[in-house]
Amino acid sequence: MSIMEIKNVSRQFGGLAALTDVSFHLREREILGLIGPNGAGKTTMFNVINGFYAPTRGEVSLNGRRISGLKPHAVCRLGIARTFQVVRPLQRMSVLENVMASAFIKTNRNARAEAIALEVLEFTGLHDDRNVLSKSLPLGKRKGLEIARALATFPEIILLDESFAGLNPTEINTQIEIVNRIRSERGITILIIEHHMRVIMSISDRIVVLNYGEKIAEGTPGEIGSDPAVIEAYLGEAHGA
Amino acid sequence: MKKFMPIVVFAVLLAVPLFGLNSYIMHILILVLLWSVIGMAWNILGGYAGQVSFGHAAFFGFGAYTAGILYQHLGISAWWGLPASILVLTALSLVVGYICLRLRGAYFALATLALGEICRVSAENLVDFTRGNLGILIQERTWVEKTWYFYIILLIAAGAYLIIKVFMESKPGFYFIAIREDQDAAESLGINTTLYKTIALCLSGILTGIAGAFYMNYMGYIDPETVFHLYNISIVTVMVVMVGGAATYWGPVIGAVIMVFLAEIIRSLPHIGAAHQTIFGVILILIIMFLPNGIVGDYRKIPGLLGIKRLKKKAQP
Repeated sequence: MSIMEIKNVSRQFGGLAALTDVSFHLREREILGLIGPNGAGKTTMFNVINGFYAPTRGEVSLNGRRISGLKPHAVCRLGIARTFQVVRPLQRMSVLENVMASAFIKTNRNARAEAIALEVLEFTGLHDDRNVLSKSLPLGKRKGLEIARALATFPEIILLDESFAGLNPTEINTQIEIVNRIRSERGITILIIEHHMRVIMSISDRIVVLNYGEKIAEGTPGEIGSDPAVIEAYLGEAHGA
Repeated sequence: MKKFMPIVVFAVLLAVPLFGLNSYIMHILILVLLWSVIGMAWNILGGYAGQVSFGHAAFFGFGAYTAGILYQHLGISAWWGLPASILVLTALSLVVGYICLRLRGAYFALATLALGEICRVSAENLVDFTRGNLGILIQERTWVEKTWYFYIILLIAAGAYLIIKVFMESKPGFYFIAIREDQDAAESLGINTTLYKTIALCLSGILTGIAGAFYMNYMGYIDPETVFHLYNISIVTVMVVMVGGAATYWGPVIGAVIMVFLAEIIRSLPHIGAAHQTIFGVILILIIMFLPNGIVGDYRKIPGLLGIKRLKKKAQP
């Protein structure tokens, strides 16, 4: 069953079409990969879903309800949380306070927010770093903190924007495990942008490929890996010659 | 020990008038408390929520004129200005917030700078309402002695301190800081940033306005040039917090002590005239260079800057 529908979404910046007529849907409890070369419009897609940008045409709906046009905080309240490609921790707050700030979405009480935050930090393996100022965290843990903050809002869908970029192989394996557990233990649907082919091919149920703002392919990792249009977008025309 | 600090300070201040200090010293203490309140108020918006305002004279002046106009036109005690300024300043803050809070960073600061000046020029020209440059004079001061003025501003300061503490240690406090650190990230984590910035502005505006209303009662005379002054009010407010330490509970208080005493000392120096503002400018530059988080925020750095650290190490066995 699909819980989120992207219907004919276009987004223009002046004369530049960042997204043109993109449609796809997200099924409940799946991991959908969103890939494409640099500048394909992946992050713009996230910004449209999460409410930073209104689509120029088309719409996004969550459980049949139109969400495009809502502000990001309202979209988040409806159950869509996101992480940022360039990590944006609340620098002069501790790791725990960062996650508590998100956890207040469901409660007004400090003790409750702290309990939620501690549980999420345990889940993402950041529990031991809870009192560290987030600006002094190494990159790998900052990526984890992004996920922890998103989880603390109890989302139905989580949008992960390059949560693996810049991580070393060990960190990547830990992160893959966390992403898998987000779905298996918490039942959260995941839409993930990733450049790391090994990662995206192994964790996604389905993959949507964007190129120059248009959707050029959609299918299982196996289908995508052998799709000529995708190979051309990534490797250039010469490959076919 | 640290937990009881506020109570100890409050108790000591409560006892101060019993020492029979002369009226000049009482005046200085009242000014310190007044600036603490204004500083604490600015700190909510500028320090915690990260929206730097260069126009707090607008809020201060509105409070002062609320009290003054009640006295002038309705003939009631200017003390009614304290509760009345809560209403007036809430309204003003909502209007200002609606217009200015959509701006970010330097643009917000510039808009507030203009706001203060707009208020001053308006107050100068709405002669029928504000008496323009003639100002408003309270014919009979409530008390000749300073004691009760001291207690009233002390209560206001204690109240402001408590309100800020309660706010900052609960949900709104987390939200204010989240907004300061990264507004977009805060927004995408479900924080209604417009709403919470407006709350910070209202709280800040109301407390500043109450300080203004107190000023009317205490000084007995206001005119637009005094209460809406860009440097003497708006900029000094920023300096009080920057010197003391932004986003700290005690920063505005320490900043107020230093700024008021410094102003008195510099004023008593002979032959410098308007150059005293230059001295403040130099102090601000030094603070920003060496103690960017103010005295309370960076107090651990102070011994090192003064070269005391080495001596301490030597003294250890």
